[in-house]
Amino acid sequence: MTDVATTAIAVEAPARRKRRIPYAAIIGTLPMIIVSFSVFFVAIIFVVIWSFTNSGMFPGFNFVGLAQYTRLWSTSLWQVAVNNIWFFGVMSLCVNLVFGFLLAVFMDQNIKHESVFRTIFLYPFSMSLVVTGLAWQWILDPNLGLQESIRNLGWTDFALAPLVHRETAIYGLVVAGIWQGSGVTMAIMLAGLRGVDQEVWKAAKIDGIPTWRTYLFIVIPMMRGALGTVLLLQLTGIVRTFDLVYAMTSGGPGIATQMPAMYVISFITVRLNVGQGMAAATMLLLPIALILIIRAIVTTVQARRRGINA
Amino acid sequence: MMKFTLATIAVATLLGGTAVKATDLEVIHWWTSPGESRAVNEFAKAFDNDGAGDHWVDNAIALGETARAAVMQRVAGGNPPGAAQFNPGRQYEELIKNNQLLDLTDLATKEGWDKIIRPATISDPCHIDGKWWCVPVNIHSNNWAWVSPAAFKTAGLEVPKTWDEYIADLPKLKDAGIIGFAAGGDGGGWQLNLAFGVIQTQDLGQANRDKLLKDKDQSIALGDGMKKAFTDFRTLKQYTDEGLPNRNWNDSTALVIQGKAALQIMGDWARGEFGAAGKVPDKDYVCWALPADHPLVTTSGDVIVFPKQGNPDVEAAQLRLASLLLSPKVQANFNNAKGSMPVRDDVDMSLADPCMLKGLSIIKDPANIQIDSNRWLTPDTQSAFNDLISQFWTDDSMTVEEAQQKYADILAAAQ
Repeated sequence: MTDVATTAIAVEAPARRKRRIPYAAIIGTLPMIIVSFSVFFVAIIFVVIWSFTNSGMFPGFNFVGLAQYTRLWSTSLWQVAVNNIWFFGVMSLCVNLVFGFLLAVFMDQNIKHESVFRTIFLYPFSMSLVVTGLAWQWILDPNLGLQESIRNLGWTDFALAPLVHRETAIYGLVVAGIWQGSGVTMAIMLAGLRGVDQEVWKAAKIDGIPTWRTYLFIVIPMMRGALGTVLLLQLTGIVRTFDLVYAMTSGGPGIATQMPAMYVISFITVRLNVGQGMAAATMLLLPIALILIIRAIVTTVQARRRGINA
Repeated sequence: MMKFTLATIAVATLLGGTAVKATDLEVIHWWTSPGESRAVNEFAKAFDNDGAGDHWVDNAIALGETARAAVMQRVAGGNPPGAAQFNPGRQYEELIKNNQLLDLTDLATKEGWDKIIRPATISDPCHIDGKWWCVPVNIHSNNWAWVSPAAFKTAGLEVPKTWDEYIADLPKLKDAGIIGFAAGGDGGGWQLNLAFGVIQTQDLGQANRDKLLKDKDQSIALGDGMKKAFTDFRTLKQYTDEGLPNRNWNDSTALVIQGKAALQIMGDWARGEFGAAGKVPDKDYVCWALPADHPLVTTSGDVIVFPKQGNPDVEAAQLRLASLLLSPKVQANFNNAKGSMPVRDDVDMSLADPCMLKGLSIIKDPANIQIDSNRWLTPDTQSAFNDLISQFWTDDSMTVEEAQQKYADILAAAQ
């Protein structure tokens, strides 16, 4: 996660500088480079290779072409998981962005005790997703949680048990995801807001532009860096959604809240079909790789343009 | 994900570094309910007191698939446990294929396991091509229903005599606020799949059921018997409660014990729960052997495997434990506590209760033994069935025909 944040910041750094080989820095980071190369890069290559084999419990090299992928896309468990990740992703991304931004704007109004509020909003992010998931599972449990306590207050036909119904379980997950994620969105957005030059605000005021329009059309476009960081953080979090769902529903009721990452883990550990798990893992890698490639292209194009203009 | 595996390996190596005494034997199992832990305690006690200074290091992990996954990860990571529980069948075939299990053949020949374990269908999953790879410790049958007379009394009903009477009583039970059919959806839906398997046998008959699962017969999968099984299963669904998703099997059994639910289809390990709660058979609860018109006992149950260790001291302790698990006294104590039947015939079963006696009388005729589906299906295929059955259960928009087609597709792809 940290390296995502640093890339996002690094993008904003000046593109050209005098070439000098920084030996000390290279030697200093060499262990890290070796580790990340061997752990991440080599591991990813093996994941892709094994996805073309019929590996069972132990990975092997008996190649079967695209058979694992054919099976993957004809399995309803995977289809459900992919639909879920889209729904969960779009929902939690949009709500998190909007909610986080509104919270940031609220914090930006020079309110009293800002640090107290900031801590409260940021607190959920410091909790592990398993704890978040368990807490929300209890809150939403029909026999222990909100439903039962409100019924005990006298409203006997009150019904709020989203997790036990196939159609609504995913909304329960989205709520927990937002509770967990909007705080950190707020923090980054707030940093972005604070980074906007006060002169811009004064200029907008002199021109008589209403505050909401200043936010929407002037400030937000100026916060590209913060927005980019938030987006990348959220997207990578969404693609590997596992612990939250595992703690809240374990993919149920039935298979209604299955997620791709759970599919991968299940095939490696329980179903003893590493080949199938690797095929699913490769599919998970694809959108992230795509985003990174697009980002790299955009960055190079921008850098080149800046270089020409200079 | 890779990071996850590496972390597991790292942790495993760390644990390996602080290696325990030579005769400490770590045993991974999923016997975690009150009845089950009473039973496994019999093993631990016997092993600790075997006079060789052995020590049973208990590692109970709730939920079978989680426990098995832990064993597999430990073996793959090079730090296998001393012994591990599996269900007889194909769950551990990859361990045998990859030469990860201790060969028990010498001990088995010396003690004559092939003569004392009866019937042969019980030892087959361990006795493969003349070699012994595991120790069967009990015979469990899936084909049981556990009935609460108190629940029927609350609804003003007599305890039904037949399965059809029970189905007819369901609406009245519901009106009285009783859960007609107790089940739980944890662990990918294995409880639902188990209940479905029993209803499937009831609707298909033993011969066709075997043809379906052993020979992967497509015409049976798409035929009328399976149609009836899926339809019957959907009927039962109407009489369950909101707490079902994520509930584990012994909490479902507890509903029957407390009289909140009328009936649960569950293997006879549920009997251990009634025993642990101090309930008396035929008075506080009733056990039905299923299928209703011709009861069968399945060859489910548990085996213990011994992953290779490369340390002769530990290996000797593994063999001592293997021998101990089959000794008549340990078999009697363990199976009485667990609700299962012993794997050998010469065991003192004077403590056996009416339910176990019912099972023992059924098993006398080898024709009444039903091979468990784990024997023919890989964990991959079983999990795919779990997925389908629990999806069918929760999603009323899936038609019976669709479910049959998907069932047939899974069978066709099974290895």
